[in-house]
Amino acid sequence: MIFLKLFYTFFQIGLFGFGGGYGMLSLIQREVVYNHHWMTAADFTDIVAISQMTPGPIGINSATYAGYTALQNSGADQWVCVLGSCVATFSVVLPSLILMLLISRFFIKHMDHPAVQSVFKGLRPTVVGLLLAATLMLMTAENFGNPFTELFGKPMGGDPNDTFHFAVSISLFVLTFILTKGFTVGPFKIKISPIKMIVVAAAIGCVLL
Amino acid sequence: MPENSHQLEAAQKMSQEPAQVSRNIYLDSFLTFFKIGLFTIGGGYAMIPLIEAEIIEKKKWVSYDEFVDLMAIAQSCPGIFAVNIAIFIGYRLRRVKGALVCCLGTALPSFIIILLIALFFHQFKDNQMVAAAFRGIRPAVVALIAVPTYNLAKKAKLNRYTFWIPIVSALLIWLLGVSPILIILIAGVGGYLVGRRGTRMKPSDKDCAEQKNGGKK
Repeated sequence: MIFLKLFYTFFQIGLFGFGGGYGMLSLIQREVVYNHHWMTAADFTDIVAISQMTPGPIGINSATYAGYTALQNSGADQWVCVLGSCVATFSVVLPSLILMLLISRFFIKHMDHPAVQSVFKGLRPTVVGLLLAATLMLMTAENFGNPFTELFGKPMGGDPNDTFHFAVSISLFVLTFILTKGFTVGPFKIKISPIKMIVVAAAIGCVLL
Repeated sequence: MPENSHQLEAAQKMSQEPAQVSRNIYLDSFLTFFKIGLFTIGGGYAMIPLIEAEIIEKKKWVSYDEFVDLMAIAQSCPGIFAVNIAIFIGYRLRRVKGALVCCLGTALPSFIIILLIALFFHQFKDNQMVAAAFRGIRPAVVALIAVPTYNLAKKAKLNRYTFWIPIVSALLIWLLGVSPILIILIAGVGGYLVGRRGTRMKPSDKDCAEQKNGGKK
């Protein structure tokens, strides 16, 4: 039965999907495209594109869309497909829910134990590193555009027509960094919330890009 | 007397009940996480600036230090980073019920949006306007993640013995593709060992000894 299979597959993906959404995408691809043949490789590319273009964690987006597409390709009715995405989304979240509940309980109970404290003392500087790595890994041609055909004699595979896109991207990056970090001018403190900044960036993108 | 100031802080934190209990904490936390889920664009890390603004600064549901520890936990657990964080904060607020509410709040916006796209807008990804908006959003989101990196580096009280840790771990992940989970495991074990050596010394020497050990590693 396809619902049981969906549940089992996405529970597995939730349980072994380490390292954030992108790590999870390759797991989903292996299970959904190659093991179960619920969709074609082209369907899967659509999922990746749509997950990146919509808000929300990529794991949830792709599970919802994959559950829907899997049932649609097996010829099910539209509302049965909706049930499919419910099952896939629920089962991808379930392992997190169980594990995190156990861990939260343990953490809150033993938080002030000296051993736990020293473990976290060791972790804190690396969390800065994790965030730094996440920022660096997002500095890609896909996110910023790439106008460089070559740089320091190395071919970069860029397109000179991308220069305007690249300039706007860099300006948006700098503007967002300064405005959301906040700064003071005389008696005024200027700081913009991340949500407002996303809306502004979307509007600028619509007009300029 | 507690052995160091951090333990004292932790003890004080535990004795305080979650701050700012509003009209209905379940509805409030659901709506807050719904809002955060709605604007988390481009993966789990994009949630961090939103949590900083909404949950730490505005609602004061968890402290900044607790959030840093939580990020290490959420990153080393399987599953979706954003959902893991929501579950922990929910549990901190109102145990299991709180965790369920926050988990639902985070997952629901993306679920609804994707479902609508699957049902009605198959052509969504080919829409020029949508594509343009997202070309604007993506660099902004990268900056939104860069800001907490900067804030955290300032607040982590890095000294000359520990400043290399974030740089080396970022380079290992970025350039060599080392798994963040491995880095977290090593750092956790390292912290535990340093702490254990520290407790064998006189309490007053502890901080000093830790710095020496950190330097030797």
